[in-house]
Parts: sequence; structure tokens; C-alpha cells
Amino acid sequence: MLEPISISLAELNLSSLTPMLVAIGGALAILIIDLIKDGLHKSLYVMLTLLILLIDLGAVMGLGVNQRGFFDLMLIDGISIISQALILLGSMLFIPLALTSKRFHEYSYPEYFALFLFMIAGYQFMVSSDNLILIFVGLETASLALYTLIAMHNRPNSYEAAVKYFTMGAMAAGFFAMGAATVYASTGSLELYKIAEVMQSRMDEAGLMIALVGGGLLLLVAFSFKMSLFPFHTWGPDAYEGASAPLAGFMSIVPKLAAIVVSMRIFGMYIDIGIEEIRTAILVLSVLTMTLANIMALVQGDVKRMLAYSSISHAGFVMAAIALDTTKGNTGVFLYYTLFLFTNLGAFTMLWISRHKNNTYHDRFDHPYEKFAGLIKVMPMGAVVMALFMLSLAGVPPFSVFWGKIFIMSSAVDAGYVWLALVMGINSAISAYYYLKLIVYMFLKDPASNDGTIYYNISKPLMTIIGIAVFATVTSLLYVQPLISYISYMVGASGY
Amino acid sequence: MDNILSILVFFPAFAGMLGFVVDKDSARAYGISVATIEFFIALWLWMSFDGSNGGMQFVEMLPIIPDFGISYYLGVDGISLFIVVMATLMTLIGMISMSIKKDMKNMIISLLFLEMTMVGVFVALDAVIFYLFWELSLVPMLYIVGAWGGPRRVYAAVKFFLYTFLGSLIMLVGMLFLAYLYHDVTGTWSFAITDWYALVLPIEYQVWLFIAFFFGFAIKVPMFPFHTWLPYAHGQAPTIGSVILAAVLLKMGTYGFVRFSLPIFPDASVMMITPIAILSLIMVIYTGMVAYAQKDIKQVIAYSSVSHMGIIMLGVFAMNAEGISGSIFLMLSHGIVSGALFMLVGVIYDRLHTKELSAFGGLAAVMPKYAVVFGIMLMASVGLPLTIGFVGEFLVLLGFYKVSPIMTILAGTTIIIGAIYMLSIYKRTFFGPITNEENKKLKDLDRREITAFIPLIAIVVWLGVYPKPVLEPIDNSVKTLVAFMDKKAQTQEAKDMIISSKVGEDK
Repeated sequence: MLEPISISLAELNLSSLTPMLVAIGGALAILIIDLIKDGLHKSLYVMLTLLILLIDLGAVMGLGVNQRGFFDLMLIDGISIISQALILLGSMLFIPLALTSKRFHEYSYPEYFALFLFMIAGYQFMVSSDNLILIFVGLETASLALYTLIAMHNRPNSYEAAVKYFTMGAMAAGFFAMGAATVYASTGSLELYKIAEVMQSRMDEAGLMIALVGGGLLLLVAFSFKMSLFPFHTWGPDAYEGASAPLAGFMSIVPKLAAIVVSMRIFGMYIDIGIEEIRTAILVLSVLTMTLANIMALVQGDVKRMLAYSSISHAGFVMAAIALDTTKGNTGVFLYYTLFLFTNLGAFTMLWISRHKNNTYHDRFDHPYEKFAGLIKVMPMGAVVMALFMLSLAGVPPFSVFWGKIFIMSSAVDAGYVWLALVMGINSAISAYYYLKLIVYMFLKDPASNDGTIYYNISKPLMTIIGIAVFATVTSLLYVQPLISYISYMVGASGY
Repeated sequence: MDNILSILVFFPAFAGMLGFVVDKDSARAYGISVATIEFFIALWLWMSFDGSNGGMQFVEMLPIIPDFGISYYLGVDGISLFIVVMATLMTLIGMISMSIKKDMKNMIISLLFLEMTMVGVFVALDAVIFYLFWELSLVPMLYIVGAWGGPRRVYAAVKFFLYTFLGSLIMLVGMLFLAYLYHDVTGTWSFAITDWYALVLPIEYQVWLFIAFFFGFAIKVPMFPFHTWLPYAHGQAPTIGSVILAAVLLKMGTYGFVRFSLPIFPDASVMMITPIAILSLIMVIYTGMVAYAQKDIKQVIAYSSVSHMGIIMLGVFAMNAEGISGSIFLMLSHGIVSGALFMLVGVIYDRLHTKELSAFGGLAAVMPKYAVVFGIMLMASVGLPLTIGFVGEFLVLLGFYKVSPIMTILAGTTIIIGAIYMLSIYKRTFFGPITNEENKKLKDLDRREITAFIPLIAIVVWLGVYPKPVLEPIDNSVKTLVAFMDKKAQTQEAKDMIISSKVGEDK
């Protein structure tokens, strides 16, 4: 007969769960409100979601560093806190973008906001655990919600995007399950720190090591899908094209950040133990990703697809920092994403402003380059702001992304990978071409039309978000120092 | 005023921002007023500068990202002082002579931002701040070439941007590596150039780092074979763009060699004398010949500008006080003379709307004042004694003679080749019968244009006759630099090269 298990509540450390519980509770509350009273305006739900995210952020910031909870499934360390904070920050900038001046299908359903909050909870679980199963559960919760959010945009290519993403996501899930199973079979554990112990003690058993490296590679494939690294990126641009512009911007940041944090945990462990194959594999993937995605971005005719490829290239850039496995490199990952978050979301918001119900400029694309021709004459402020985001993405100092780039390149140099820093530099130069292409269209060509379609969708909340993004992009010089010292303290405290 | 450098850097940028409010029709007057004030601040800097002190003056230091060793660190010495003054002067003169009709306000604002970056590059003493201004200078230039240029302006502007951007990213990797080495030795991060000076590097590292920096600077100079962007940029740029590009932006490259490469990698620099001298000689002779073959007057000036940059590079790598001082002085004279020549080309282009040499001829009869100004600038460009061009060229050749007499003789052909193509375009433009009927109705220089040219002529003659007030502070700083390099050099070969020049100088 089994002994009754007695666990004290204090031992469970439920406080480590509060942030996720806030998000889930908030989502349920939104559903209940909808049940009680029908037909409330989207602005109510937007503001409620914003408030819930705010409480969630408060709960995250209140967590103590390095604690475990809930049967040791939860791990609240420095990187978990930073990444949760970044996820919430990105979400808080994303949600007000629903308040467009024109009506869009998806925002009329309160379920959209509930799903969104479930997704955030999923990502939060994903980044605050070192248990492969909980990571998996978090990942799948979030992904399923995200597929639905994409499809709710209610256009044929949104369904296509969602189905494509779903299929690829299912395949990634398969790879994850196989990888986790292989690792479990050879070490008898799903907790990363226990896996590391077993691996370290049995380094000399060749057969076991082959299984572990194989498992690691399967996991790497799974996360490459999620981060859209080459050659697993094919779903990316289509999914971005089908999703609404803000959601595409969101997808270029939050899901990738969550995936990269988990990669940091898993592959950081592999590299720490001294399995160089994984490091090589990551380096190869990331160099291929930055270079090829850059080259493909050169030939895109649509700004949104160009930004999709550019986000893929940026993801490759950041992934290379994971392979370095130094505190500075990992600090660079978070620094980069913090700075990239504002700029990239800002750029996608500019596309959102110009979103029109009818495609007047191109049969297929919403945002062909031609649409932005002569924007400086039609909407001078918009052109300047967009150019600012493009220059920042290209890595022109002193705009925000430059500091992330220089930090990651510097950590590559420190770790002895000067060639990697050179590859990064050359890629930045290639990428400058397609960012410049948009600037050239906006500033140096004559406007195609001046009928107001270009700022069709503008509203005060959108302008506010853009204002915040511009502010963060331009003044980065002033807050990079506190950011670096905070992040490197948190990363160092959690031992990465 | 201890913070005069900050004022000098950010005044034009602030003025540019406020310029958005200024009415379109008054934008030009606004720009000229701001540029004048900026020029007077620069003069004030010169007046309060202690010419006998070869070190850094008016130093400002404010840590920005201490964890990563980046600080707001400015300072000026004899090497950078006059380039800064020249940059503010050329911006002012360029604005006065400007004749564009379209979007004057946008042009003025771009120029003011460009002025900030130009001044910033030359007074920055922190590598990241230097890099920041260096890269930012591309953006307004991209716009100026792309918006006001000729038919293929977009191609030229993008080529200019990407070429320079690629080179400077390789340089950035070099900077990061250097900072890492500094961290390795001292345990602290620093991007301050003066800290890097103290760093004694193994020869192998010096060579690699030299090459990394070389890419950044050489593309900007532009050294052969990286010069291909320049004829396009000049060919398509509006007059003001060419003036600023030739007068100031190209000097960033040669200045970079003096500020970074020589003192940080003295041994590598000595090892690189021969390859760089060969590239420079190719620049001098080959582009000189190419200039002769051009049919477009602006291309002649553009190639002649590349050819003279070759002489400047030779002077920098003479590794002795005469050569380096001479090349700094030549940077100033090249800035003023080639700027003036581009403005002169702009004058004729405004009237005839062509730059083809075949459309000119016999202009001296209709435009006597223009012919005189052109003649003076031409003489200065060729390097006639008693003009500004002679002083620098002579010092450079004198300095390089100690390195290699044969190469110096080859480099001396620049004066001959220069005289050939310059006099030939002068002949074709101003003498002979007027072939084109329309040319008979041309107006001579108007008051605005004369106002722009008179100060330049005055400087050309004044510094040609009496260069001491400028040359002495330059020389003091250069001597400090050479003495420092001598102390820091590790290989005997490098020491010999640098010492022998010092002996020569004592004689």
C-alpha cells in the first residue's frame, strides 16, 4: 500500500506560480465578463488585458532570485525573471495595437484576449522551468493559442499561415518529444540539472554519449523550428505574411525569446559539459541563418516579408551568442532582445498603420515597397520614424540595436571567435542594403498616390506605442548601462 | 570654456532640429547664420588653443557605459584642430555657394546634421564615439546624394553607403578585439584611444588589427582598389555633396590612419610602408592618368582628388615629422582646393546644365572673373609654389624621400601629371574659340559666388606664403606622435625607421 504523501504548502512555494496564475485568472475573468454581458467594446478588453499584464509584471518583479517550487518543477532564476519581464513588456506594447481606427475581425471576440493571456502564461511556464515536460507543456499551450490568434485574422492567407505554422509546429513537437525521450532513456531523468550530473559521471561511455548527442540534436531541431533557423525557417515568412502586422511583430520577438531561453538552458548545459558537437551545430545553424536569410531578404518585394526574413536573420545572430556559452554572450542575448523588441515592434506597427482593407498596390502583398514610395512627402513624420527603425535594425549607431550588436560581437571576440564577429559584421552590411531600400523608397522616390491610404489605420493608441518605440530606440545610449549591469547581474546569479 | 568641444559638436545638430520649425524661404539664411556661428566657435577654439602643446586639449570625459568601457570622451590636438576648422569653414562656404532650388530646407537640415558628425569624428577620443559619428555621417550624405543628385543618384548613394558601411564594420570588429586585448591586460574595459595608445601589442596582433582598421579607413580615403565608389558618388552628387565629400569626408580616412593606425600599431605600420606606398603610387599615377582621359569636367576633378589623396597617404606613412605634418597640411589644402574646384564646376553646371568638356571653350572671354578664380585654384591644386598646395606636397615628398628616393620621384610625377590634365582642361574650357553659341550669353560670377570664393582665395594665398601659424601647432602634435611611436615600437626595424627620421629632423 502506498504511503500517503504529505506536502506542506510552504514547500510547494506557490508564490513562484503567481505570475502565471495571474495571467490564467485574468483570461478566465475575461471569458466570464463576456458571459455576463455581450457585445462590450474591444477597448474594455484591451485595457483589462493591459492591467492583467501589469499585475503579472508586478508579480514577476516581486519574485526572489533562485528559488524552486511546485515539486521542483518550477525554477525561478535570473534569466527566468528577465525573460518573463521581457515577454510581458512585449505583450504590453502589443495589446494596445488592437485599438486601430478601423475595425478588424479578430478583436471583436473577447476570446482573442483570453487566448492571448493563456499564451503568455504558456511562455512564462516555458522559461521558468528546467523540466523538459513542463517546458513542453508550456510551449504547446502557447503555440496552440498562437496558431488560433493567427487564424482569427480571418483572411485566406491567415488560415494558410496558421495551418502551415501548426503543421510545422506539430513536427517540431514531434522532434522535441523524441529528443526528450532519448535523453530520458539514457539518463533516467527529465530535470536538466540531474541530466547534467548523469552525463558528467558517464562521459566515457561512448554509446551513451552518442544517444545523448543525438537527443541534443533532436531538441536543437525542435527549437530551430520555433526560432525559424535555417533550414527550418520555411514557415516563417508565410506565417508573418498571413498574420496581422502587430502579431507578426509579436511573433518575431516573444516566441523566439522564449525558445532562445530554453535553448540557453538545454544547450548551455551540453556545451558546459564539453560536448562540442552541439556547439558546432549551433554555430553552423546560426551562421547559415544570418547569411541566407539576409540574402533572401534582399529579393523580397514586400516590406513585411522583408522584415520577416530580417527577423530570422536577427534570430540567427542571437543564436550564435548561445553557442559561445559565456555570461557576456548570454547577457548579450537579453540586451539584444530588449533593444530589438522596441525597434522591431515599432517597425511592424508602422506597417499596421498603413494597413488597408484593399490591396491597391499589389495583387498579393499588403505592404509592397511601392506603397511607401515618397512617404516623406505624404507623411513626413512617419517616414522619419520608419527610417529611424530601419537604421536601428541595420545597426547604425547610436540607435538601440547597434548596442546589442556590438555587445554580442564583442562577446564573440572575447570567446575567441573573431571569425564569427567578422561574419556578423559582414552580415550587418548585407542587411543594410534591404533596410536602405525601404529608406530609398520613402525618401528618394515620388509618391505613388496621396489618397490617405498610407495612414488609413492610424489612431492615438498606435501613435503612443510608436512614440514609446521611438523614444526607446533613440535614447538607448542613456539606458544601456543600467540595462547591462542589471542583466549581467541576473544572468550571472543564475549561473549562465 | 572647457566644454567648447561639446558645443562645437552639438550646436549644429540642435540648430538642425530647431530648423524644422523655420520657414522654407528663410531656411537658407538660417543655415548660413548657424554655420557662421559654428565657424566662429571653431575659430574661438583655435584662438584658445595652445599651439606649443602637442598633447590633447579641451578634454571632456563622461562615462556612458562604464561596464563596457564606453565613455563620451572628446579632445583636440594640433592634428585635428585645423581639420575641424576647415570642416566648419567648408560647410559655411558650401552653404553660401549653394544653388539648388528644390527642398532647400531639407538640404540645410541635412547639412547641419552632417556638420555635427564631421566635427564629432575629428574630436572623438573614444573609439565607439568615433565609430558612432563615422557611421552617422553616412546617413545625411546618403540623403544629399540620393535626393539632389543626377540621374543615377540612388545607385551612387547606396553604393557609397554600403561600401563604407562594410569597411567600417570590419573596423568595428578590430576595435572590439583591441578592447578585448586591453581588458585582457588591464582587467578593465576601455574604448578610449588614449588608453589604447599605452597598449603594447604583439607584432602578429598588430598586423591583423592594422588590416582590420585598414579596411575601414582605406575605403573612406579611398585607396586603390577600393576607390570605385567615389567617381560615382562625385558624378551623381549635387555640388554641395561633392564639396563636403571631397573636402571633409575623405579626410576621415587619412585622419583615422594618423589617429589610430600609426600610434596603436607602430611596428605593423612600419611593416606596411611598402605595400601602402605602392597602392598610393598607383593612386597617384593611375588615377592621374584616368583623370586625363575623362570627358566630364567633374570626373576630372574627382579623379584628381583621388590622385592627391595618394600623396596624403604617402606622407602619413613616411613615419617622420615632415611627412606626417605635410600630409596633415595637405589634407587642409586639399579640402579647400578640391572643395573650391567642385564649387567652380557647380558654377558652370548651373549655367550650362552640362559637365561635358566638349560643350565648353573660350569661356575666358565671357567669364573673366570665373577664369581667374579657376586659374588660382588650379595652380593650388597642381602645387605651384606660394600656393597652399605647394607647402604640403613639398613636405610630404621631403619626408618620404627619407624612406625611398625612387618612390618619391615616382610620386613627384603627380605634379607633372596633375599639371598636364589640369592645364589641359583649363585650355579646353577657357581658351580657344567659343564653339557653342549659347556660351556667349553666359553670366560671370555673381555677388553670392564671389563672396564664397574670396575667403578661399585668401586662404590659398595666405597659407601658401606664410603657413607657419597653422603648420607649427600641427608640427608640435606630430612630433609628440612620432616620439611616442618611436618609444613604443618594439622591432629594431621599426625603431630604425622612426629614429632615422628624427635624426634627419635635428639637422
